[in-house]
Amino acid sequence: MPSLVQSVDWTALAPAAIPAVLAVAVLVADLFLPKERKELLAWVTVGGLALAALSLIPLRAGRHATFCLTDEKMRPLHDGQATATAGCSYAADHFTLVVQALVLGGALLTALLSVNTQDDLPAGEYWFLLLSSAAGAALLPASRDLATLIVALEVTTLPAFALVGLRRGDRLSSEAALKFFLSSVAATAVSLLGISFVYAATGTLHLAAVADGLAHAPAQLATLAKVGAALTLVGFAFKLAAAPFHFWVPDTYAGAPLPVAAYLSVVGKAAGFSGLILVSVIAFRPYDDVWGPTFGVLAALTMTVGNVGALRQRPGVERGAVRLLAWSSIGQAGYLLVPLAAASDADSPAHEIGTTVAYALMYAVVNLGAFAVAALVSRTAPLGRLSDYRGLYASRPAAALALGFFLLCLAGLPPGIIGLFAKVAVFSSAVGAQHGWLAVIMAVNVVIALVYYLRWTALLFARPEGAPEGSASLAELPADGGATAVSRTPVGLVAAIALTAAAGIVLSGAPQLILRYAQGSLL
Amino acid sequence: MNDTALQYVLAALLVLPLLGAVGALLPAPPGLKGRGPDQAVLRHGVTVTGAVLVLAIVLAAGFDHDHPAKMQATTDLNWISALRIHLHLGVDGISLPLLVLTALLTFLCALYSYFKMPEGPSPKAFVALLLLLEGGTLATFAVLDLMLFFLAFEMVLIPMYFLIARWGGGEREKSALRFIVYTLLGSVIMLLGLLLIGVKAGTFDMVALATDNGSSLSHSTQLLAVLAIGVGLAVKAPMWPLHSWLPDAHTAAPTVGSVLLAGVLLKMGTYGLVRIVLPMAPDGMHTFAPYLAAFAVVGIVYGSLACLALARQGNGGDLKRLIAYSSVGHMGFVLLGIASMTPTGVNGALFANIAHGLITGLLFFLVGAVKDRYGSSDLDTLAGRTGAALYGRAPRLGGLVAFAAVASLGLPGLAGFWGEMLSVFGAFKPADGLSRPAYLTFTAVAAFGTLLTAAYLLVVVRRVCMGDRGTVDAQPALADVRGYEFAAWTPLAALTVLAGLWPAVLLGLTDPAVHTLLGGN
Repeated sequence: MPSLVQSVDWTALAPAAIPAVLAVAVLVADLFLPKERKELLAWVTVGGLALAALSLIPLRAGRHATFCLTDEKMRPLHDGQATATAGCSYAADHFTLVVQALVLGGALLTALLSVNTQDDLPAGEYWFLLLSSAAGAALLPASRDLATLIVALEVTTLPAFALVGLRRGDRLSSEAALKFFLSSVAATAVSLLGISFVYAATGTLHLAAVADGLAHAPAQLATLAKVGAALTLVGFAFKLAAAPFHFWVPDTYAGAPLPVAAYLSVVGKAAGFSGLILVSVIAFRPYDDVWGPTFGVLAALTMTVGNVGALRQRPGVERGAVRLLAWSSIGQAGYLLVPLAAASDADSPAHEIGTTVAYALMYAVVNLGAFAVAALVSRTAPLGRLSDYRGLYASRPAAALALGFFLLCLAGLPPGIIGLFAKVAVFSSAVGAQHGWLAVIMAVNVVIALVYYLRWTALLFARPEGAPEGSASLAELPADGGATAVSRTPVGLVAAIALTAAAGIVLSGAPQLILRYAQGSLL
Repeated sequence: MNDTALQYVLAALLVLPLLGAVGALLPAPPGLKGRGPDQAVLRHGVTVTGAVLVLAIVLAAGFDHDHPAKMQATTDLNWISALRIHLHLGVDGISLPLLVLTALLTFLCALYSYFKMPEGPSPKAFVALLLLLEGGTLATFAVLDLMLFFLAFEMVLIPMYFLIARWGGGEREKSALRFIVYTLLGSVIMLLGLLLIGVKAGTFDMVALATDNGSSLSHSTQLLAVLAIGVGLAVKAPMWPLHSWLPDAHTAAPTVGSVLLAGVLLKMGTYGLVRIVLPMAPDGMHTFAPYLAAFAVVGIVYGSLACLALARQGNGGDLKRLIAYSSVGHMGFVLLGIASMTPTGVNGALFANIAHGLITGLLFFLVGAVKDRYGSSDLDTLAGRTGAALYGRAPRLGGLVAFAAVASLGLPGLAGFWGEMLSVFGAFKPADGLSRPAYLTFTAVAAFGTLLTAAYLLVVVRRVCMGDRGTVDAQPALADVRGYEFAAWTPLAALTVLAGLWPAVLLGLTDPAVHTLLGGN
């Protein structure tokens, strides 16, 4: 009998393990640090996340895997032959590495956003929860069995509930957390039920083996397997906030502390879509004729709901800026689903998955950038209304130009060239897969989205006139208090805006840097 | 001049406006501060657009006029290999006149604004947007990759939006939003068509696709592609009934915005039809050409009738709106020429493109000047009961208005004549396989349209330039054409005469290139 002891490849695990270990360390350190030195925790978190991101470099060949079955005979066959990662629960292939880079980068920027801006939050808990969630999100794309996947998904979301509700005494914050919690737990329960059905039908949890099992499932279990597959996907669609599972997003984002909303909009979505990709493209491959069109409909529905919702935001509403970003993130999630719908028909789904990943990378950079500027503006205008952005160019030209650039990237119009080409890549996968109807719906949505992005952009450069005293004082700042206002801006916030703007500009000059994933060498 | 040098000239032509746009946002360096930040940045705009114009003239001089059908000054660099997008640039006889026209009009606009900055926020952003607009337009005419064409096509939207929304008048924000929503909807649908061609043919290279003449695309693919691309370009051109964004945008836009919108932005639509649709999907175009022609002649008649209605006393017609509608009519001739699918018609279309750019550019400048002097461009306010008597009050301005109007109605000897005549000729004898009787009907309707055009333009001349003696001495006295206005308008008037008297300058450039695009027949 062969040994059942598995050897663990810690190098491969590092990107997920470093944040987890650090989370505990930060929580403990919090107990011993005096109040005035709590800022140290923030920089430890930033450093740790950077270290985790750096730990991806030795893995770049994409051949690491661990937690593998030790019995060769139990390893499932993939296309008739065993691959290096077959039968492993944790695979650090290219797909994993890119999504981990996205997740860790997103968490890093969130941490930068939070340094010194969230003084009313309990520091130790905040950093602990953020790191735990990041660890889960980093584990998720590497999971190659359903159990690990669901555990990773929960590790990502459970700390997020607490993060949303962390602002004590804020009614909106607690309400948002409760809403998020209840709907998310319901979705997870549905997913678990689905997974149990799939397990019953196939007798395995490994994704590749599930695909094999579903293809040869006994006839009397076929219905069970199909229902199981559908229910499993629901849970992930929820995390991605695809319509009709999107209703929690606007209230949750608006109620959460701003960096947490940024985190959810990027890292939460990344977790959702990478899980969806793994489950659908690998495990439920035999049912691609079912989930392909379903994703298509979901994509069309999601982008329409999100964009129409964003269009309806009025400038005077409190926290309107974050609400608009929340609705727009739903719309963007719709675009992310388009290549997945196309993946079902493609001979090699790698192209389409790569397109989704490339789009997600673009979205992560510019959306975090937009949230960073929103965080900056909310320091002087805590109500966070859209009308607070009126005339931002007059008081903070750099921030206004950056936000304008981010919004145009999200809209996909030059000078946001990277946004334009990421959309072109998505369109091209829809056209290539003969999903003409989806491409047309997306075209209409791009136009709807332009209206609200442009309205906001125009507001930035509008003359600050006829506004109540709040915005008027904002406009008068540069004359006397411009310099002091800049120096009071936390360094983390400036770094976050600078990093995302620089990344956006570099990518606009060389879109190939992320669009090469659309060429397809992932998975 | 050899091709390598020319290649750098073309690249510089595209990069310079973009660098200039960034430069306009930065504070002026010491030594160039001028009389204040506003003057410095406006001067920066004149300098950069002037340099671009010089480059365009150098390009035209270095261009091998013996082989205008050949792509010259070509650059082909791999940019985004994931999407197979190349930085492929080049000019031939079709794009060269449009490049020069764009550079010229933008320079004249910058010059005009230097002396007469439109009312609105700081000139800094104005100059930056103007240069960005120029960069996008020049790129549209110089790129040879479908995706780059789309990028350049989109690049003009944001600057034009802000030019209208910030420096315009009347319902500017609404008009600007309408402009951008319409054109974006069109161009996203065009993107679908471009992607369809690219995915099916396996390349986005416009030269390769044009040489291929659509042989690698199935008939149904061509139909879909022509429909999608055609709709996008028709919105831009604009073709009746997709024109409704244009009159509002023109009415609200500042003078230079109107000049550039009519002078070069509309040309992007017709240029796309000639450069992309005609050579790359000829079968599909064959099917849709009669419909395009029908819409074109409806546009001619519709535009003229709208103008006639606006020109009537008591209808409160706005002069800028009137010229915008006349653009719909003139672009109808261009579309009719393209729809004939014959070398004659397409040459006529390209000629009419340039002529319309010169004449309508001049007309918008003049109307802007009239509006500045009277404080209104409302025809009834201007003309009163008997006429504005511009001949008497400001003789040079009145003379120029009459000249531009007469050029616009297609008087032989001026630029407007040749293009429309050749377009109608082309439609009289359309390409093989197109229904002759249908096209004869279109020709007849178009000819009727020229009569209507003459009618409304003469009405405008009568109401604006003529008037009774009492009006002539009305106070306050009107300033006649000023020095900077002469500087901005003379080149346009001179070129209108030149192109009218010596059409071979342009036709010699376009004709061989058109024959190549149409597949040598």
